[in-house]
Amino acid sequence: MAGAISQPSDAASPRGTGPSSPVDGPPTPESGLTGKSVTLRVFKGQPGGEMGYATHEVPEVTGMVVLDAVHWVQRNRDSDLACRWNCKAGKCGSCSAEVNGHPVLMCKTRIDTLPSGPVTVQPMKSFPLIKDLVTDVSRNYETNKLIPPFTAAPDDGTPWRIQQMDIDRLYEHRRCIECFLCQDVCHVNRTHDLSARFFGPRFFVRVASLEMHPKDILDRRDLLRDAGGLGYCNITKCCTEVCPEDIHITDNAIIPLKERVADAHWDPVQWVVRKLRGSSTKAGEGAADR
Amino acid sequence: MSESYQTRDCDVLVIGAGGAGLRAAIAAAQAGCSTLVVSKSLLGKAHTVMAEGGIAAGLANLDTPDSWEVHFADTMLGGQLINNWRMVDLYSREVIDRVYELERWGGLFDRTDDGLIMQRAFGAHSWKRLCHVGDRTGLELIRTLQDKMVHTAGTEVLMECTLTRLLTHGDRVCGAFGYLRNTGELIVIRAGAVVMASGGWGRMFRFTSNSWEGTGDGAAMAYEAGAELQDMEFVQFHPTGMIWPPGARGILVTEAVRGEGGILRNSEGERFMERYDPVKKDLSSRDVVARSIYKEVQAGRGTPHGGAFLDIASRRSAADIRKRLPSMVDQFEALAGVDISKEPMEVGPTIHYTMGGIRVDPETGASTVPGLYAAGEAAAGLHGANRLGGNSLGDILVFGRRAGEAAAESAKSRGGKPAVSAKQLADAETDVILPLVHDLGEKAENPYVIHRDLQEAMQDDAGIGRSEESLNRALNAIGELTERSQRMRVGGGRVLNPGWHTCRDVLSMLTVSEAIVRCAIARRESRGSQWRFDFPEKDAHLGQVNFVVHRRGGAMKVEERALEPMPDDVVPRLARSRFFDPAALPAHYAGKVPAPDPEAH
Repeated sequence: MAGAISQPSDAASPRGTGPSSPVDGPPTPESGLTGKSVTLRVFKGQPGGEMGYATHEVPEVTGMVVLDAVHWVQRNRDSDLACRWNCKAGKCGSCSAEVNGHPVLMCKTRIDTLPSGPVTVQPMKSFPLIKDLVTDVSRNYETNKLIPPFTAAPDDGTPWRIQQMDIDRLYEHRRCIECFLCQDVCHVNRTHDLSARFFGPRFFVRVASLEMHPKDILDRRDLLRDAGGLGYCNITKCCTEVCPEDIHITDNAIIPLKERVADAHWDPVQWVVRKLRGSSTKAGEGAADR
Repeated sequence: MSESYQTRDCDVLVIGAGGAGLRAAIAAAQAGCSTLVVSKSLLGKAHTVMAEGGIAAGLANLDTPDSWEVHFADTMLGGQLINNWRMVDLYSREVIDRVYELERWGGLFDRTDDGLIMQRAFGAHSWKRLCHVGDRTGLELIRTLQDKMVHTAGTEVLMECTLTRLLTHGDRVCGAFGYLRNTGELIVIRAGAVVMASGGWGRMFRFTSNSWEGTGDGAAMAYEAGAELQDMEFVQFHPTGMIWPPGARGILVTEAVRGEGGILRNSEGERFMERYDPVKKDLSSRDVVARSIYKEVQAGRGTPHGGAFLDIASRRSAADIRKRLPSMVDQFEALAGVDISKEPMEVGPTIHYTMGGIRVDPETGASTVPGLYAAGEAAAGLHGANRLGGNSLGDILVFGRRAGEAAAESAKSRGGKPAVSAKQLADAETDVILPLVHDLGEKAENPYVIHRDLQEAMQDDAGIGRSEESLNRALNAIGELTERSQRMRVGGGRVLNPGWHTCRDVLSMLTVSEAIVRCAIARRESRGSQWRFDFPEKDAHLGQVNFVVHRRGGAMKVEERALEPMPDDVVPRLARSRFFDPAALPAHYAGKVPAPDPEAH
């Protein structure tokens, strides 16, 4: 087993008095150990206490991902190192973190794709820290509550007939696994701290999936413009770059929504129509342009 | 109680936020009950999200001979006829409505050319039956239910909370005790009724497709509260898990790969399933395919890393593969560096699903303890000895709803705040805190070591193939580990401490492992997922019983319980399955199925 523990002076939380017998045994043919080790610099600490980086030498295994290395540390060196994870297969979006400064899923980031040298793992920067690699992402769930849910016409009989073309278009948005990496990287949150007035990329994708559903009858354009803060987005596409599901967030969700909002409020033809009808944008009207 | 703790009150407490929990919560809230959903993870991360293939329902959108009756027959035959027939009956009828309901709540499904819901072929289903969207149906289902639940008045969610014990008043369950993972604060939830929708358990095995959550807390808590568990010996190996690289071992490779035409080959290039099941071939039931791969490897025809090749590349165009199996393409590209549209995958059996669980009433999901209900993977009965793919997403919708409605009724009829005894709370608190404060010196045990040792015992001795000898070895190991687990000790504090959380998980896993092994010893035959080297055949008597586990005087007891046979007017339905074999019909049903009608199918 490779790797002596480097006990840095800035390591927070004492490891306490728990037993520390090794968990992962010596190399076997199935263990895939390469004989090399990886230097993992992992953020440790919580608000109000000491914070810093702990460095661990982790035995490298063929095909190892960053989450494997973090788990190795938990099992063998520091059972108090906190991280979120669930499926470990890139399907649940739990293990979001920043590896060498890039927002990624730890379960899909192979160590052998990273530049040689230490691998630095930090929590997502745009969310309040709870402890170590875990942040408080609860505001996302609050934002979701503000978005009126999918609503079909009550008299729209079953079974529905929908064309595959519509499903394909929506499926891109529905692939979202709520890892919140887009919310993390977006400069409106990250630099300007405007999350209270800005739904963020994840929820623009969510609204797009509702607005573009052929059976949905609501109109969420005013919400997007006002509470949603859609105008804050200046389409730098950072969200698209970090999306582990390759959703074209900017091109296929945000820009179409911006166009719909602009149609509703700034299109001179529609302005005239509204004046003549004597009404402003209301529920149901948006259905016409779908 | 020596320290302060949060208290919450609700009419219905739902433990678990996967599909069954969310569907139960919607039903309970719609019935007018204040409903609290407690989830060990963040909302939307539960195991449902991993389901890839689809929801089985006899819509007959592509294959017109299909119907709920054929679905009934396939499910009973797949479960080797020890399913609870009444659950299968309700299930196959109602899952059709649940699929349409999901669509009306915004869930997407792929479409046929006519714009109807598309259906795909799956193992041991007679016809194309799985409603799906790409290979991410579970994600679609959980996101749809999550959104529906959040916007249903009367629901509330408590995320990242571990419950450790059910609280009882008299003979009735009246709430639960646990802690908030992010702060370590203790919490008491008082409830009129409880729905256990906590999912299954796979983490006591070394190679599993389960996430860290699959530790069997729900079954363990129910057992400790006096509930009966049933069919615990039946643990499903999914035939196709990833086997390389080591860190990816166990991760699921969806059956949809075979549903879309993929085939299994051994190292000699032979399509070996033609030999093991000439009729269903690669789409045979999961128990059969998993055993076949195991046998090929034992016979020296395994792949370099000890599995089988799964080949879709030579069966479908690259564009088709990317469209129909996008997340599989991505998974193999990212984790294994394999392009599945060009090369075969290396796969092998992985622990995937547990057919056993809390024994329930088929109509209501009521457990044998008043006030406690169960649904989904946490409950037993629907799947018998082996679950068919696509029947779990249907299960959680049908029985989640039923359990939620029944729990709501029960809570309403109860009235008044249930009392919680101080003694129960004090005991629960002591158990939870112990690993952080226990003064043990050299005798302290590391929970990760106990977990590893349990995984080795279960994988090696209670895995895909079992014998009396190996199972007794596993039982001894569990006994020893249970004793060691009393001395678990971890460092650190109570805020988000994974070592401390693991202590809790280990206790649940030990209880559930003991139940698995004891039932596997009792079932001296091979049936479905239970494969006994020392009893390779089915036993006629054991085909008419379930094994039930319960606690008597602090010890685990296994009891044989006769199952309710199908009524005479239901038995003939079995012949509707394309895979019905009159010769394989057990003696107690002999003569009840009329001669096959050549016009059928």
